[in-house]
Amino acid sequence: MTKTRRPNRAEVEPIRVATVMDVPGVIALDEEVTGLLKPAYWRDMFERYGARPGGSRVFLVAESDGRIDGFIIGEVRAWEFGSSPSGWVFAVQVRSRLRVQGLGSRLFEAVCESFRAAGVDRIRTMVAPDNTEIHSFFRSQGMMAGPFIELEMRLD
Amino acid sequence: MRLQKATEIALYAVLELAIDPERQLTAVEIAERYGISTHHLAKVLRDLGRGGLVDSVRGVGGGYRFAGDAKRLTLMDVISLFEDVSADTDELPPQEAGQEIARGLRFVLTELDTQSVATLRSITISTMLKLIVRRPWATIALEPRRPTVRRGR
Repeated sequence: MTKTRRPNRAEVEPIRVATVMDVPGVIALDEEVTGLLKPAYWRDMFERYGARPGGSRVFLVAESDGRIDGFIIGEVRAWEFGSSPSGWVFAVQVRSRLRVQGLGSRLFEAVCESFRAAGVDRIRTMVAPDNTEIHSFFRSQGMMAGPFIELEMRLD
Repeated sequence: MRLQKATEIALYAVLELAIDPERQLTAVEIAERYGISTHHLAKVLRDLGRGGLVDSVRGVGGGYRFAGDAKRLTLMDVISLFEDVSADTDELPPQEAGQEIARGLRFVLTELDTQSVATLRSITISTMLKLIVRRPWATIALEPRRPTVRRGR
């Protein structure tokens, strides 16, 4: 008899649109991962990206039993330089012990689905060159270098 | 960035073996698939074995098998077994004529190196295999080319 593997939590945890009730869980997860407690920042993020779901702004959480194990935030942004609007992901977080098990990929696919529903055909993000873990995550989803080069200069 | 021949062969071997970690391939089979020298490949496979990335199985029906963690092992991990492609941070000799020009050039070249190194560190063997199946280069070739900016007078 063939043994069927039980799917792990990361593979089945429901992903849904964030509600105001999820904000403390998001704050706690972010603090656990980054070591920084930023309640005002995450409340503001929810106000801006989660309070009016269904539009061009997306705030999704992976939650079960009241525990937030991951989240992803993005929006459809219009672009200059002749580029059509595209989905922009600027926050993604997964509980450390659940990484490389598929939860981040499911969050990413869910945000892609929201962007497709909003009518865009491209997703973009930006990563620091030394942030190998998050860079690797986006690459594993199929993201490649885009057509633009980021430039900056100091203004002092 | 141009990789040395041994590094290129190592990447071929690791990727080919990682397609199916249960499968064993001989050096001859891999060499034939990529049109490379069996002798050169055998040396590279020995280095990969020492690095813990492949296992060699001796005897009849033996060969090589992928032994790494495809979800963790990056292209840079393989490359760094064979060559140093990290950004050049050597100090310039002091008080040399033209030092500022040399520094300026180094600054720009380091920008390129930083991007290359970040890319190689971010792509795991598993990601690379998915990319090969997806063939994004085929889609890019179909997209209209961007207009080239001409320097006007």
